[in-house]
Amino acid sequence: MSTLSRLAQVLLLALLLVAAAAAARAGDVRVAVAANFTDAAKEIGAAFDTATGHHAVFSFASTGQLFAQITGGAPFDIFLAADQTRPQRAVAEGMGDPDHLFTYAKGRLALYSRETGLVTGPETLDGDGLGRLAIANPQTAPYGAAAMQVLTHLGKRDRFAEDLVQGANIAQTYQFVATGNARLGLVAASQVAGHDDGSRWMVPDHLHDPIAQDAVLLKSAADRDAALAFMAFLKGPQALAILDKYGYAPGG
Amino acid sequence: MTSLSDRIDARFAGTMGGFSLDVAFTAPMQGITALFGPSGSGKTTVLRAMAGLARLSGRLAVGDETWQDDAAGLRVPPHRRAVGYVFQEASLFPHLSVRRNLLYGARRAADQTPVIGFDEAVALLGLERLLERGPDRLSGGERQRVAIGRALLSAPRLLLMDEPLSALDEASRADILTTFERLHDALPIPAIYVSHDLAEVSRLADRMVMLSAGKVIAEGDVGSILERLDLEPATGRFEAGVLLTATVTGHDTGYQLTRLDLAGQPVSIPRVEVAVGERVRLRIRARDVALATRPPEGISIRNRLSGHIVEIAAAEDAPYAETLVEIPGGVRLRSRVTRESVAELGLTPGTPVFALVKTISFDGR
Amino acid sequence: MPDFAELWSPVRLTLILAAVTTLVLLVVATPIAWWLARSPARWKEAVAAIVALPLVLPPTVLGFYLLILLGPDGPGGWIASLGGARSLAFTFTGLVIGSVVYSLPFVVQPIRNAFEAMGDRPLEVAATLRAGPWDAFWSVAVPLARRGFLTGAVLGFAHTMGEFGVILMIGGNIPGETRVLSIAIYDYVETLRWTEAHLLAGGMVAFAFTVILAMLVLEKRIGRARP
Repeated sequence: MSTLSRLAQVLLLALLLVAAAAAARAGDVRVAVAANFTDAAKEIGAAFDTATGHHAVFSFASTGQLFAQITGGAPFDIFLAADQTRPQRAVAEGMGDPDHLFTYAKGRLALYSRETGLVTGPETLDGDGLGRLAIANPQTAPYGAAAMQVLTHLGKRDRFAEDLVQGANIAQTYQFVATGNARLGLVAASQVAGHDDGSRWMVPDHLHDPIAQDAVLLKSAADRDAALAFMAFLKGPQALAILDKYGYAPGG
Repeated sequence: MTSLSDRIDARFAGTMGGFSLDVAFTAPMQGITALFGPSGSGKTTVLRAMAGLARLSGRLAVGDETWQDDAAGLRVPPHRRAVGYVFQEASLFPHLSVRRNLLYGARRAADQTPVIGFDEAVALLGLERLLERGPDRLSGGERQRVAIGRALLSAPRLLLMDEPLSALDEASRADILTTFERLHDALPIPAIYVSHDLAEVSRLADRMVMLSAGKVIAEGDVGSILERLDLEPATGRFEAGVLLTATVTGHDTGYQLTRLDLAGQPVSIPRVEVAVGERVRLRIRARDVALATRPPEGISIRNRLSGHIVEIAAAEDAPYAETLVEIPGGVRLRSRVTRESVAELGLTPGTPVFALVKTISFDGR
Repeated sequence: MPDFAELWSPVRLTLILAAVTTLVLLVVATPIAWWLARSPARWKEAVAAIVALPLVLPPTVLGFYLLILLGPDGPGGWIASLGGARSLAFTFTGLVIGSVVYSLPFVVQPIRNAFEAMGDRPLEVAATLRAGPWDAFWSVAVPLARRGFLTGAVLGFAHTMGEFGVILMIGGNIPGETRVLSIAIYDYVETLRWTEAHLLAGGMVAFAFTVILAMLVLEKRIGRARP
């Protein structure tokens, strides 16, 4: 036998193995998760596996990228977005199941500084020498829009009009504060939930419109029962406890 | 006896790119001294070291100025050494006109005693019509003349020339050679002239330093070096010869010959336009000289000089012997003959011979 | 009807940023290029590789490190503290620093090439004509390398005009100070203000074309120019 045809056989075998590994096992749930929800999703997934015997497999990326992948036919069963727009569009374009679309979590804001003792409450914003306040871009990021509402409610909008720095998204906003380039920032509570560094004030929900994150079941789901089990688990008490731990308010 | 301050005293030693060099020589503070040797003998490296462009350790004094003395920790940087350097390629600044090329060094040496004035240099080198041109619109010979002018105008105390003719075609070469001869008489500063061309050296230089494989193998007047026998590898088999001075006694218009007196014996050369009574320089190559023990008859060679053999040098494994013949008046000729002839004719030092000279090249005034 | 004052602000800021950056780049890049072209040091290619890093690294990596270096934990914060601020990020100065780092290889490389193409000979000639190193540099090396300088300056300017990722990460999107053209376009696209996006993006395309065309023409002419 020639070396070439042997090589071809080996390659074919390798391809088959890869394909087999890629194919989801029965009982697997493939979930596309917005990056900001990464840590919470992992913990919820572990609890889900133990409780149901199914197995949740996650792909993390920005909501926009995930949406583009789903549009392109990526094999996901569930889409956990960071906003409401993209899941609704998935439904509108016929990829999402309108009967299984709901808000699974609501983001919260935290006024955060990496300096201990600086942030004590809303009164912190009255202080002098604060420098620039970091927020997410209010035009493009839901957390940024909410941050502007908070400032308006607290009557601080004019005080900071000239002193805002905008991150292109909430992750970048957190970077500005974490590296100390900005002394204060209105960041996602989930970003500061995992550690005790610095000082923070959890902004009450009533100071801004809900930052709702929606989940939707995709019509292409391979194992619909397992996927529905995950959707149900996401509303259950175990998941809610984890959401709270990571600084999210329950959906509703 | 010249005092130390009346000469150039150079000694350099070191290794450059795997080539090791150890030379020491002196040169007078006037006239042209040739650094002569085959390619790869280290001539250019020595010249570059003199200008401070190559880093070789050693010592260099030019007249009463010391430019380098590593033992004393002294090394004057190139731009503070008053040299005029003519490179093998003209290396004009392409972004400057001929005029501004010429003035580049002159402006920077404005407080020094000039060697030559601007107008004088332009006239000497025939650059009048080229002044506003860019270097890219000059011929090779024109470029090299500008480079020479540029070097002279920088008020040098020493002119260094690195094979300035080797990159030129035959016509430009003859043209510049003539310029150099004019320069030789007008130049108030000494020049070191690197060359591997014996014809050039014998025509231009007064003194020569012969290099081989990074060592000085001979040093002295051009004439006395050329007649020495032990330098063959350096001068090359067909280039060995002697340089002689003769006086013009007359011209033969019918046969187009010029008659000369060489130490009391008559010789003829193809006609040259030199006045009667003037002295001329001749070069006679060893391969152009045959020997006879009796006056030959029925032979076309006109120039026959009688004298006696002074020295015979022959290697056992070579077909040729190098002989040195002295004719009355202390003039010496070199002749290359076969060892077989030496044996058959019974040539030994002291044997009276007739030297038959086939060709005499006229070498200048 | 688009608000032209609002559109002009990022254009003006970007032009100023590119001009200042280009000047700083020429000052910074020239000695680096000179050293890279002429030093016999064996490890100089390691330095060349460092200078070339921005060609390869994603702007997010540069932006991330710049954010740290410009902030209170880095040298930028120390410099900023002299002026009573806490960080050079979100300032025009910070953008200039970021842009200089980001565009450095585009300026160093052509100047280095020009210096290398020139060779040793012109400088040796200058030295034998009594020009000291500094004199020879200005009177011979710079004029002979003028094409390299022109190419470097144009590339540096154009590259800064089009810079996005680094500025996104260290700029903070402050109108009139750090909200440059590319960021403004990004925002207009994200917020579906396509009229404004078209005006700026189209202008950018026209500008880039003009710059590159002008450079090609000028390079040819300068290459031929004679005094």
